[in-house]
Amino acid sequence: MNGNMNLTLKVWRQKNAQTAGKFVTYKAEGISPDMSFLEMLDVVNEGLTLKGDEPIHFDHDCREGICGMCSLYINGHPHGPKRAVTTCQLHMRSFHDGETITIEPWRAAAFPIVKDLAVDRAAFDRIQQAGGYVSVNTGGVPDGNAIPIPKVIADEAFNSATCIGCGACVAACKNASAMLFVSAKITQLGLLPQGQPERYRRAQSMVAQMDEEGFGNCTNTGACEAECPKEIKLTNIARMNNDFLSAKLFHQEEIHEEQHGGA
Amino acid sequence: MSLDAKIPQGPLAEKWSKHKFNLKLVNPANKRKYDIIIVGTGLAGASAAASLAELGYNVKSFCFQDSPRRAHSIAAQGGINAAKNYQNDGDSVYRLFYDTIKGGDYRAREGNVYRLAEVSVNIIDQCVAQGVPFAREYGGLLDNRSFGGSQVSRTFYARGQTGQQLLLGAYSALNRQIHAGKVKMYTRTEMLDVVVVDGHAKGIVTRNMITGEIESHAGHAVLLCTGGYSNVFYLSTNAIGSNVTAAWRAHKRGAFFGNPCYTQIHPTCIPVSGDHQSKLTLMSESLRNDGRVWAPKTAAIAEQLRKGTLKADQVKEDDRDYFLERKYPAFGNLVPRDVASRNAKEMVEDGRGVGASGFAVFLDFADAIKRLGEETVAAKYGNLFDMYIQITDENPYKQPMRIYPAVHYTMGGLWVDYNLSTNVPGLYALGECNFSDHGANRLGASALMQGLSDGYFVIPYTLGDYLATIGPKKVDTSHPAFEQTKKEVIEHVNKLLALNGTKTAEAYHRDLGHIMWEYCGMARTEEGLIKAKELIKALKVDFWKNAKVVGENEEVNASLERAGRVADFIELGELMVDDALMRRESCGGHFRVESQTEGGEAKRDDENFAFVAAWEFKGENQPEELHKEQLVFESVHLSQRNYA
Repeated sequence: MNGNMNLTLKVWRQKNAQTAGKFVTYKAEGISPDMSFLEMLDVVNEGLTLKGDEPIHFDHDCREGICGMCSLYINGHPHGPKRAVTTCQLHMRSFHDGETITIEPWRAAAFPIVKDLAVDRAAFDRIQQAGGYVSVNTGGVPDGNAIPIPKVIADEAFNSATCIGCGACVAACKNASAMLFVSAKITQLGLLPQGQPERYRRAQSMVAQMDEEGFGNCTNTGACEAECPKEIKLTNIARMNNDFLSAKLFHQEEIHEEQHGGA
Repeated sequence: MSLDAKIPQGPLAEKWSKHKFNLKLVNPANKRKYDIIIVGTGLAGASAAASLAELGYNVKSFCFQDSPRRAHSIAAQGGINAAKNYQNDGDSVYRLFYDTIKGGDYRAREGNVYRLAEVSVNIIDQCVAQGVPFAREYGGLLDNRSFGGSQVSRTFYARGQTGQQLLLGAYSALNRQIHAGKVKMYTRTEMLDVVVVDGHAKGIVTRNMITGEIESHAGHAVLLCTGGYSNVFYLSTNAIGSNVTAAWRAHKRGAFFGNPCYTQIHPTCIPVSGDHQSKLTLMSESLRNDGRVWAPKTAAIAEQLRKGTLKADQVKEDDRDYFLERKYPAFGNLVPRDVASRNAKEMVEDGRGVGASGFAVFLDFADAIKRLGEETVAAKYGNLFDMYIQITDENPYKQPMRIYPAVHYTMGGLWVDYNLSTNVPGLYALGECNFSDHGANRLGASALMQGLSDGYFVIPYTLGDYLATIGPKKVDTSHPAFEQTKKEVIEHVNKLLALNGTKTAEAYHRDLGHIMWEYCGMARTEEGLIKAKELIKALKVDFWKNAKVVGENEEVNASLERAGRVADFIELGELMVDDALMRRESCGGHFRVESQTEGGEAKRDDENFAFVAAWEFKGENQPEELHKEQLVFESVHLSQRNYA
């Protein structure tokens, strides 16, 4: 035994996307408050495995809050009750002895269940593939200091670029909207000089792919911002809408002239 | 079998440009006739896949995670070195080369390291062009900081998450090629073997981690970009999924394993808090720019700190020993990682360790906060401080951090020549997966540099030479070698599934980790290594008798995945111990207690050990055969490393 916390877990178990799932109750005993939430699940899984039962499946990898692989909808919140942390960085000291914890997967039509608590987020990759890049080949690029970028712009672009693509924003949204995720990339590249040539094309193609994947629309509730482990701001969505609308209303050349004072 | 590193002749500074000119080219119209298999999507894998696809090759890219963006390069914190000399502080390609050779304790190849320093400048340009938001000065130019083992500021960074930004840059380039149809991406797919036909690598066998299907993929070349093997120690700063399986299976198919015992123990990690711990978290080396490392001067004070009757900030200045500043005045807190780690260990052995367990020293920011203000410190290191608070429930703005060394990186890996080719033609290894550029110790901010150098700027040239030589004629998966390899993979999977003992694979992994850390960790002795070998042999036998694997192949099965990886780690562990035993000298991260200077520093034996150890697999449970690649130093003079 590592610690003295005893918990009851209500965990969503589902064999695969084709089978119906259900909640199953487990006991987690001897839990230390210094364990991470995933280490608590490791303990439960070790017990299940030794009994010959299938362990609870969940996605995880880096366990330091940066890869974006872990998910889990814990007591009604993506990544659990604490703000600005991923599930792997959530520690058991955030819970109390005797508590019942409900653990579910992300729920969104665009994120089909793989098994138990793991979902398929390939839709996110496809949105990035649609235009989340600057079209430069390797080699033949200018010196890194050739284009000065104001510090505030670089910092702002960086803030958007810290998105880890975990999908908490979608899980938090009543419409399962992916707009916070999509707008973070559009904003990062839209702010930087390197991203300007494709700025409006990018906004259109990424939004089109987002719609095709079946994500819902934004109604400015702000649940995504509140639950985002990296605190990506809602203003990213405003920027995306601006770029998208501009692209729809004008020809690309006109926007560039109007917003950037000509070539 | 002779080992030819294929280092080009001629002056150091001209080797790479001359070599590039001498390499054969594949004409643009023919490139589409070649299929390239790339395993792993970290910095090396993603940059190689994007760059080769841009050239026109057809690329198949594989990763075991749900998305290529998850690869563990994403977790690198501190930065990436480049010899830009933007700071006008005396940096140059030669100085970066020199620092890296010296930092690696003269156990790396001059030719490789010089090339790495040379292309470092292109990497920064490439990443900026992709929209990587590096830190900038108010004037709009790129900012730099300094890192261990160097006296210039050449490290480019993006707050404390440089790896994330560089990887997302490479991921975006990869995405562009997936969209263009030049890369076919296979996620949640684990490589389980290499297919060798007439001595050449012609494909791989994989397991679909959703359906369990075992599949074959054919190509003209196979690039392994599968990272390092720090998880052989169970606890490391690597991701839980990071594993040696791809590299190990390639080794068993004939690829030599280079310097397996060279592992890096990073000095600044959050200490272990209990047996439940599944991984360790790094606190970036960049913190040593502003943080001061210390331990109490006496064991008595340390005892009070361990019991909690005294708080760190109450320890008087006179009672503190800033041991790195004291012993190494020129480099101070910025000595290389191996030196900093061993000194922390010494403090603990001297009874001066802190924290409840006693396995920690302090990294103190009080002076930096006084000098720069809390806001500036937060802007530089905020995300790291937040992480520390999450994990320990302590506030490093108020109390010093507790840190202790942890396994972080493996300099060893598949043996490759100057072209990044293993000794099996057609099989390449890039990034941390190979052994090539860091010698016996890697300097901070050099891993990202090497991964991207290999992927963006080396392999696009060197691979073409091989492809032009073999021609576009393709071996497909109907070849009997594919059937045979696939059959063997299925047998191996079934053997694992049949294990119905009493102990989980994870528990075996933990046991292996204890053995490796105890006997093949920061300090190694002949006696300890001999003991470790016996323990690992016994563990292996026990694993195949008493391990328990649940579930079936035809489903998502984490139990099976883990067991396969642990089985390979156990075999690798034995080879690491053999290598450490053979190398009766200390060098860089490999510290043999029997070989140290009077001051307790690593003492090399250049006469007998200035070589790369390349091990050849000779069959199950057979001793491996050692091949030596002699290291030739034409430009630098070998000297005892001195950071005082």
